Amino acid sequence: MLKLIARRLALGVVTLWVVSILIFIGTEILPGDVATAILGQSRTPETVAALRASLGLNRPAPVRYADWLVHFAEGDIGKSLANDRDIGPEIRERLGNTMFLAGVAACITVPLSIFLGLMAAMRQNSIFDRLVNAATLTSISVPEFFIGYILIIFFSVTFEWFPSLSMVSDDMTFGDKLYSVALPAGTLVLVVLAHMMRQTRAAVVNVLSSPFIEMAVLKGLPNWRIVLEHALPNALAPVISVVALNLAYLIVGVVVVEVVFVYPGMGQLMVDAVAKRDVPVVQTCGMIFASAYVGLNMVADLLGILSNPRLRYPK
Amino acid sequence: MRVFGYRLSVGAWVGLMIVTINLLGAALAPVIAPHGEADLVGDVWAPISAHAWLGLDNLGRDMFSRLLFGARTTIAIAFLITVLSFAIGISTGFAAAVLGGWVDTALSRFVDALMAIPQLIFALIILSVMGTSISVLICTIAVLDSTRVFRLARAVGLNIAVMDYVEVARLRGETLWWIMRREVLPNALPPLITEFGLRFCFAFLFIASLSFLGLGIQPPFADWGSMVRDNAQAINFGGIAPLIPATAIAQLTIGVNLLVDWFLSLHSRGQGQGA
Repeated sequence: MLKLIARRLALGVVTLWVVSILIFIGTEILPGDVATAILGQSRTPETVAALRASLGLNRPAPVRYADWLVHFAEGDIGKSLANDRDIGPEIRERLGNTMFLAGVAACITVPLSIFLGLMAAMRQNSIFDRLVNAATLTSISVPEFFIGYILIIFFSVTFEWFPSLSMVSDDMTFGDKLYSVALPAGTLVLVVLAHMMRQTRAAVVNVLSSPFIEMAVLKGLPNWRIVLEHALPNALAPVISVVALNLAYLIVGVVVVEVVFVYPGMGQLMVDAVAKRDVPVVQTCGMIFASAYVGLNMVADLLGILSNPRLRYPK
Repeated sequence: MRVFGYRLSVGAWVGLMIVTINLLGAALAPVIAPHGEADLVGDVWAPISAHAWLGLDNLGRDMFSRLLFGARTTIAIAFLITVLSFAIGISTGFAAAVLGGWVDTALSRFVDALMAIPQLIFALIILSVMGTSISVLICTIAVLDSTRVFRLARAVGLNIAVMDYVEVARLRGETLWWIMRREVLPNALPPLITEFGLRFCFAFLFIASLSFLGLGIQPPFADWGSMVRDNAQAINFGGIAPLIPATAIAQLTIGVNLLVDWFLSLHSRGQGQGA
């Protein structure tokens, strides 16, 4: 089993490395490089060449790549092109805020969707099950900002329960922070809940159709024992991977939701940086988002291996 | 009414109506729209009235007219993206399936690597360097989206590439292009058509999200995502202006999804009965 886990970890590291190469290619080798982007319309060949030299862009690409990767790993990310300040401290603060928002959303979504998914699986084709189906169709069709604005209309304009702008700072208490992120976290929950619920249902339904469940039914076991003792342990691996994949989806959702609620997180930072074409900031944010995504996918596989003895041995 | 010789379900009817109305609205925009795309006709965020069916926007332009013109831009761009991503995805996917060997391995690993980065994040990175012109947007999203099409086309293609008639075509000495177009494609159509609907929804939502972030389609073109962004401030005064284009986005996606669901149910039933 250790061998299997080690292999999966190694694959994760290789993926991260490939991702870093792709991001580097995306930002530095494509036509229209950083120097032309900064200078915009007023560029001349001489000014572009001068700026390229001062940014170190005239060195060969592999050298720049190695340099960038080493600095990134050391946490020394470089300076923003827009205001020439160190990016590090700001990214750290923003990352904390985003993790807080995503964490709150995850703490609500995961237990709720597993519970609802189990309910739907136990009552297949009931009204509740159909509702889940309809909710899923709606939630994959509706953009994140739509849900966000609906929540704002109801909870901050009509009832005035929660603020529509979500501000957090270090001197706020934990309770205040929770209150402040209520609406963005609620939006994120609604965005992923239906999906997670639906896939949990599918995983459990799959297990419920196997012969050992029929055996348990024929033995006359009560419904809750069948689900909790026989179905759930076997559905655990797919459910865990569903949860992790949807948490990875939160990473994308968080970008849009942060913009809706003007939340001071990484997503907002990245969008601003793209608009200003501040490439070092975009690279760093992109690398962090992508690492989180790759990491969550890896954790999903690892937990899957751990939770299901049949996966512990290589085929 | 029957489509492809099958009776439409209720959901499919609703979906078909929604899609038709949207397409008609987009096609006939210059004829039906009461005002021009950029005409200022009244007060900022004027409420819904007999003159302005959906109220006015953040500059005092008619929301209804802009929705119609916006439909043209948004739907046309999303459609172009989907067509392009299918062209790339299907040709590479079938090539991987038919050729196999190192071509297959190389293409598959490359696609795996592209898929390891969330699409929105990757698109943001590329847009930050290349700028947000419409052609860059279309190419970026199409290439990122073609990874999903590649996966499907390769999987479907693999099942077809082992068939005897493909082997016969190979022995006849047909070219790769001919085999892909005349032998593989016709037999792979049903799953690809379904996927086309889903990918269209994806491209549509994706371009709307980018526009909402201010990085998609740029003014002066009206488009639904940037209309949400432009009117976002109204919400703080209790206005529903941003919800109108957001609803427009949602209804079209739901409509296409209903049609796709119906097509999917047809196909799965058809297989079981050997139809």
